[in-house]
Amino acid sequence: MNRGRGILLHVALTVAGLLCLFPFFWTLVMATNTTADIYRYPPKFTFGSQFDDNIRHVLENVAFFSSMANTAVVAISTTVLVLFFDSLAAFTFAKFRFPGRQALFVILLATMLLPAQLSVVPQFQTMIAFGWVGSLKALVIPAAANAFGIFWLRQYFQNSIHDELIEAATLDGCGFFGVYRHVALPSARPALAFLGIFTFVGSWNDYFWPLIVLTNPDHLTLQVALSSLNRSHGVDYSMVMTGALLAMIPLIIVFVVFARQFIKGATEGAIRG
Amino acid sequence: MTLTATAPPRSAGTAEPGRRRKSIWSYWRFYLALSPFYILFAVFGLYPLGSTILLAFQKWDGLGPRQFVGLQNFSFLLEDSTFWLSLWNTLVLFVMSTVPTLAIALTLAVMLNSAIRFKGIYRIAYFIPNITSLVAAAIFFAAIFSTNFGLINSGLRALGLPTEDWLGQPWGIKIAVSAMIVWQWTGYNTIIYLAGLQAIPTEQYEAAKVDGAGPLRTFFSITLPQLRPVVLFTVIMSTIGGLQTFTEPQVMVGETGGADQSGLTTVLYFYNTAFRANDYGYAGAIAISIFLLVLLFTAINWRLLRGRSSE
Repeated sequence: MNRGRGILLHVALTVAGLLCLFPFFWTLVMATNTTADIYRYPPKFTFGSQFDDNIRHVLENVAFFSSMANTAVVAISTTVLVLFFDSLAAFTFAKFRFPGRQALFVILLATMLLPAQLSVVPQFQTMIAFGWVGSLKALVIPAAANAFGIFWLRQYFQNSIHDELIEAATLDGCGFFGVYRHVALPSARPALAFLGIFTFVGSWNDYFWPLIVLTNPDHLTLQVALSSLNRSHGVDYSMVMTGALLAMIPLIIVFVVFARQFIKGATEGAIRG
Repeated sequence: MTLTATAPPRSAGTAEPGRRRKSIWSYWRFYLALSPFYILFAVFGLYPLGSTILLAFQKWDGLGPRQFVGLQNFSFLLEDSTFWLSLWNTLVLFVMSTVPTLAIALTLAVMLNSAIRFKGIYRIAYFIPNITSLVAAAIFFAAIFSTNFGLINSGLRALGLPTEDWLGQPWGIKIAVSAMIVWQWTGYNTIIYLAGLQAIPTEQYEAAKVDGAGPLRTFFSITLPQLRPVVLFTVIMSTIGGLQTFTEPQVMVGETGGADQSGLTTVLYFYNTAFRANDYGYAGAIAISIFLLVLLFTAINWRLLRGRSSE
C-alpha cells in the first residue's frame, strides 16, 4: 500500500474513533460547566470549573451514593454467583457423563432463545409472592446463573482441560469438587475473566428489570436513579450529565483495565457462533 | 475419553463397578453441580413462561380475580391501532439503525484489517460505546438533539441551515433514537467483522491477486462470501436487539413515545400496558406476539443468509 493511502486510512479510522469517544468528551464539558454556559451560542467547547457544584447538585437531588452502593452490591454479587454456578455446571457438562446429560443440555440451549420481556409480568408476580419487590435480592437471585455463561464456559473447558489432568488429580485423592477447584478453576482464568466482566457490565447497566421491581425511591440502582434525575431535572443538563458521568466512571475503569481480554472474549463467541 | 469414576471407589462386594450397575444416586455430585441453573430457571423462567401463556387468555388487573376470556386479548390485538403503530415504529427504528450500523461496521472493519498499526487502540475506542449504559447514552443523545442548545442545532445554525425541534416531531425522534443505536453498536460489529476478516485464509487473496482481480472484485467474490456466517450472526443479534428496543425512547421522549407516539416501540407499549395500565392479560398477549416476531425474523434472516450460501 502506498503512503498516501495509508495516511488517508488512518485519518478515516481516527475520525471514527473520535466520533465514538466524543460523547465522553462532551459529557465532561457539560459536567464542568453551568447549564447557562451550554445554552450559549456558539456552545462552549472547553472544560469549566463547575464540576464540584454540579456534583453537589446531583447529591442533593438523588441518593447517589446509596444507589451506587446498591449497584455495586448487585453487580458484584451477581458476578460472583454467575462465575461460581456457571463454571461448576459448565465443567460438569464438559467433562463428565451421567444419565440425562444430553436432555439437560438441550433444555439449557432452548432457554437462550426466550426473550427476557416475555416473562416479566409473572416474574414480577413471583417477586410479590416472595416479598422481594423493592429488594436487591430481586435483581441478584434470578440472575445468579445463566445459560449463556454455561454454554460459553463449557466450550472452553472441553478444549482446554485434558482428561489426563483430571485423572491425575483424581489419583491424588481429589473428589469431584476437588478437581473442580484445583484443576478446572485455575485453567479457565481467561474465560472466567471475560464472563466476569461481561456479567458485571451487564448487571451495572441493567435498566428494564430494576425499573420494574425497585419500587422504593430510596432504594434504587444507578441507572434507575439516573433516569429519575433526568425526568425531574431534565432542564439542568449540566447536573444530569454529571450524574451520567459519575455513573459511568467505575465501568470505564473496569473496561480499560480488562479491555483486551473482554474484546477477545466477545469476538470468540461471535466467530464460533 | 470421558471420565466416569470420580466418585470414591466402592468397597469390594459388588463385583463390577461398571457404568451399568451404578445407581443414579452415585451421580449426585453432577446433579448438584447443575442444580442452581435449573432450579433458578424453573422458578424464574419456566414458571413465568407458562404463566404468561396462561395470562394471555385471561383478563386481570393484578389484584382482583383472573377471568378466562379465550382469544379475546388476541382479537383485540389485531384491531388495536396503537399496537400496530408500535410495531411499525419498532420496524422503522430497526431498519434505520441496523442498516447504517452494519454497513459502516463492515467498511471500518475492512479498513482496520488493512491498517497495520494502532489496531489495538482503535478496537478499544470503537468498543467503548457498547459498554456505556443505555440510560446515560440516551440522556446524552437527548441533550445533543435538544431544540434550544443541542449540538446538532448549533451545528446547523453555524452552517446557516434551519434548526429542527428534533425530539418534538415524529421523524426527529426516530432519527435521534437511531443515531444513538448506531453509535452504540457500530464499534461492536466492527470488531466482530474484523475477527471474521482475520480468519479468512490469505492464500485466497493471493490466488485472486494472481488472477488479476481488483480490490472490489476481491471484496465481493472472496471477502463477503467468507464473511457470511459472521454477517448472519450480527444480523440475528441486531434483529433480536432491535425488536426489543425500549430504553432509548423511554429515556429520550418518555413512556408516551413523544410526538405522534413516534418513539412508542412494541416493548414500550407492553411496559405501559402491564405496569402503568395494569392490564396484565393484554400485556401477556403483546409479550407473546413479540416473541413470535423475534422467532419469525430470526428464521427469515437465517433462510436468506444461509440459503444463498448453499447455492
